[in-house]
Formats: sequence, C-alpha cells, structure tokens
Amino acid sequence: MPSSDTESLRGVEPVEPSGGLGVAMAATLKRDLTLAARRRSDIMNPLAFFALVITLFPLGISPQPALLATIAPGLLWVAALLATLLSLEALFRADYEDGCLEQLLLAPQPLPALVLGKVCVHWLMTGLPLALMAPLLGLLLALPAESYLVLSLSLALGSVSLSLIGAIGAALTVGLSRGGVLLSLLVLPLNIPVLIFGTGAVQAAIIGDPVGPHLAILGALCCAALMMAPFAIAASLRISING
Amino acid sequence: MWAFIHKFGSPKWFYGISARLLPWCWFLAVALILVGSIWGLAFAPADYQQGDSFRIIYVHVPAAFLAQSIFVSMAVAALVFMVWKIKVADMAAAVMAPLGAAMTFVALFTGSVWGMPTWGTWWIWDARLTSMLILLFLYVGVIALRGAFTSRDSGARAASVLSMVGVINIPVIKYSVDWWYTLHQPATFSIASRPSMPVEMWWPLLLMVLGFYAFFIAITLMRTRNEILRREAGKHWVRELAAGDA
Amino acid sequence: MAFDSLDAFFAMGGHGAYVWSAWAVAALAMVGSVVHARAEHHRLLRDIQRRVRRDTTTPRADHNAS
Repeated sequence: MPSSDTESLRGVEPVEPSGGLGVAMAATLKRDLTLAARRRSDIMNPLAFFALVITLFPLGISPQPALLATIAPGLLWVAALLATLLSLEALFRADYEDGCLEQLLLAPQPLPALVLGKVCVHWLMTGLPLALMAPLLGLLLALPAESYLVLSLSLALGSVSLSLIGAIGAALTVGLSRGGVLLSLLVLPLNIPVLIFGTGAVQAAIIGDPVGPHLAILGALCCAALMMAPFAIAASLRISING
Repeated sequence: MWAFIHKFGSPKWFYGISARLLPWCWFLAVALILVGSIWGLAFAPADYQQGDSFRIIYVHVPAAFLAQSIFVSMAVAALVFMVWKIKVADMAAAVMAPLGAAMTFVALFTGSVWGMPTWGTWWIWDARLTSMLILLFLYVGVIALRGAFTSRDSGARAASVLSMVGVINIPVIKYSVDWWYTLHQPATFSIASRPSMPVEMWWPLLLMVLGFYAFFIAITLMRTRNEILRREAGKHWVRELAAGDA
Repeated sequence: MAFDSLDAFFAMGGHGAYVWSAWAVAALAMVGSVVHARAEHHRLLRDIQRRVRRDTTTPRADHNAS
C-alpha cells in the first residue's frame, strides 16, 4: 500500500536529528493514529469479538439474570482481556513487514519512548473503546447499575497495563511466523494480577464496598508497567529485528 | 573480578571445574535426601490433625521451593547472559527451564494428592496451588519461546527477556493471588502453613529442602556440561576431550 | 520410629495411596532427570567421537585414493 508508506515516511521525517524527543513521540503518535484511522476494521474487530463472547455466555450457561449478575464482572473482564490479546498480534506486525520497525530502531531518539507512543495508540484504539463499550454489555448481563462507572474506570485503567504487558509479548513474537498462540501463552499469565484487581473493583462496587483501594492498586500496576515495560518492549524488538 | 567473570564465561574452564564440583553435589544431594526421606517417612511423628498424610509435605514443600528458586536462578542467569554476554549463563538458563517446570509439576501433583485426604477433593483453588499453576504456565512460555526461534541466539535472548519480565511479575502474581484467595475463602485451612511445627517434623523438612537444592545444583551442572558439548561440538578442546574419553 | 510394623508403615494410617503416589511422582521426576542427563551426556560424547573419527579417517582415505 503506497499511501501508508508515504504516510509513514512523512511521519518519520521530523525524527531526523533536528527534532527532539517530543517531536519524535508526537510524530509516532500521529502516524499510528492516522494508520489506525485508515484501517477501521482493526478497531472494530476487538469490539465485535468482545460483544460476541459476552453473547455466548448467556447461551452457554443460563439466561437467568440473578446468575448472570454474579458472574458478570469476571466475564466482562475476561472477555475484554481476550479482546485486547486478539488485537495485540497486529501491534507490530504491519510495521515489521513493511520495514517501518527497522526505521524506528534506527531513530536517534530512545526506542522505549517511541514504543510507548505506539502502545499509547494501541490503548486508545482498543482499551478505551472496550472500557466505553463494557457498560452496554453489562446491561445485557444484568450487571447492577451502580457498578457501571467502576467497570468502565477499572477497564480503562487496567487495559493500560494489559496493552503494555501485551506489547512485550507482541514484540517478542513479531518475528515468528505463527506467533499467535505463543503470544497468548506468554501474555496471559502476566495479566492475572490486573484481572484479579479489575474484577475485584467491580465486585466491590456491586456489594457497596469502597472501590478506591482496588483502583489504586490497578493504578499502581499501571505505573509500574509504564515504568518498566517500554524497556522490555524495546529490548524485545531489537531481538526480533536483529535475530 | 573481571578476570573471574571472563574465566567463568569460558565453557572450557566451566567444563573442567564442574567436573570437580559434581561428585560433591551428588554426595550432598543423595545423603541429605536419603536421610531426610527415612527420617520424614518413618521417624517423624504423625500430625495430630492430618495423621500420616502430612508426610507428603516432605516432597511437596521442597519441590515448591525449588520451583520458585529455579525461576529466580534462571532470571539471574538470563541477566548475566544479557549483560556480560556469557554463553555459559544462557546454557544454564536453558537447562534450568525444563527442570523448573518438572519441579512445578511435582509440587502441583503432590499438592493435589495431598488435597484429597485433607479437603476431600483433588483440586481446590488454594492460593499456593493457584500460584504454582501460574508458575507452570510461565515456565511453559519460556520453554516455548526459546524453541520457537530458528536462530539459537535470538531464542536465547528472547527467553532471557521473558524470564526477567516473569521474575518481576512473580511476586505481584503471588500477592494478588493471595489477596484474591483471602477475599473469596476467608480463613480456610491451608496445607503446609501452620502456626507452629514440632521440631521433630521440622528437621527432616529442612534436610529435604537442602537436599533438593543440592540436587538442583548437581543436575544443572550436569546438563550445562551437556549443553556445552552440544554447542561447542566443533571446538578443538571438545574434540580432544571426546577422543581422550574413548 | 513412628510405626509399629512394616505393614503400618506402608499403610500410612490409611493414607498410603496418597503418600506413596506423591513420593513416587517426586522420585520419578528426580531419577528421570538424572537418567536423562546421563544418557544425553553419553550420546553427545559418542556423536562427537564419531565425528572426530570420520574427520580423521576420511581425508586420509581420499588422499590415498588420489
């Protein structure tokens, strides 16, 4: 696709020595957002997957609202986690195939900062829409109304960690021809703490407990991931490209 | 210090020094495990609550200790490999992963078998067992990632990054699972965690734990030597050594 | 000694099957890894020896032939 190539060149050009780190990050953000806007199906697919998986559970378990309401927090969180996972494979794939990733590695700016920009776009395109859509699906699962806000908040906060941790797995497997299953094997165990505290927040909101502690821990996990994951992602990308 | 690190990095030096260390490690491992087993199985008094089924503790707890320690050792080896480019460290990390997975499986199996007489069911989502299960997945991931690369060096570096990411996550996973467990099952009886354990029960356990560690060191040395033979098969000193051995 | 007889020792107070199966799996894993490591060592050494023999004998044979 010539259009995306020229776009990527235009995006990378200001990265040349004249620009600082801020310019480079802004350029990465702008480029990835433009690319995402051109491939709308990549944004829609995780959302459709999320909705579809949630539809399966009442069919597979039982349509009784009382039963569904008790398992809804976990179901919504697990489905959102899987939807994020599904979108991760494409995170570096296209850039790897058309060579943009090598350009990113050669940029004079630190790679961790640039990949942080890419992960940020990934969160904007999957984590945030999933968080906004979740209350709608919570409605289908008879989730008590007082937990909708917490559900959205916890998903929005938790999916930042999911994107960051998942990006490590995506960077490690981008060079492999069939990395999909391997990616989920690598990423899912690492996501368990986020899942535990995310569902914990929603359950606390349902029974009327304070949700602050859960959200605070989710925030702490998010901060830790923000601090460390970019370096792991950068190192993994270098391995995948040079290896 | 630097000279030592570089000397340690030489597979030839490591091959020689490990040959001298191995008999001692085996002696320690066999002696400790033998004494610990006989003591634990035959001489330690039965538990006042669980009767004789508690004797599973003498394999369950050492295996669980080892399962976690091996992951940490693997991550340390990975760090040494990534920072100083010492190949022997990666060989050690490569052979530790399957052993760690085996020990995790042993800990899970013995925990599950222990659960039957204690809880009346084969599996309970007990905090310890759940963390062990997650640890097993982490091991499987590291092994699978190393195997997925066609280039040995890329596989080694990718597995190193993953083991370091994993080892940072292990405490987080452990605490979050503990928290989750107390939330859902407050104050249930957990195997292997008791307020006070009589000294007669405690000593054999200590011997077994130490014996398992000696076993881990011995097996790791042994298989790292194998790995050296495999990767350095074309080197002159290896060929001379093999010819002299025949 | 915590047991009166050998039978009592094997019965483990009614929990024999559990205790012995747990110990058996642990022993199997440990003995298995030792056996595997030893077999691997001998196989690798044999492979290298075979390669050394091949490398030292075949060039000479070629030389004589020519």
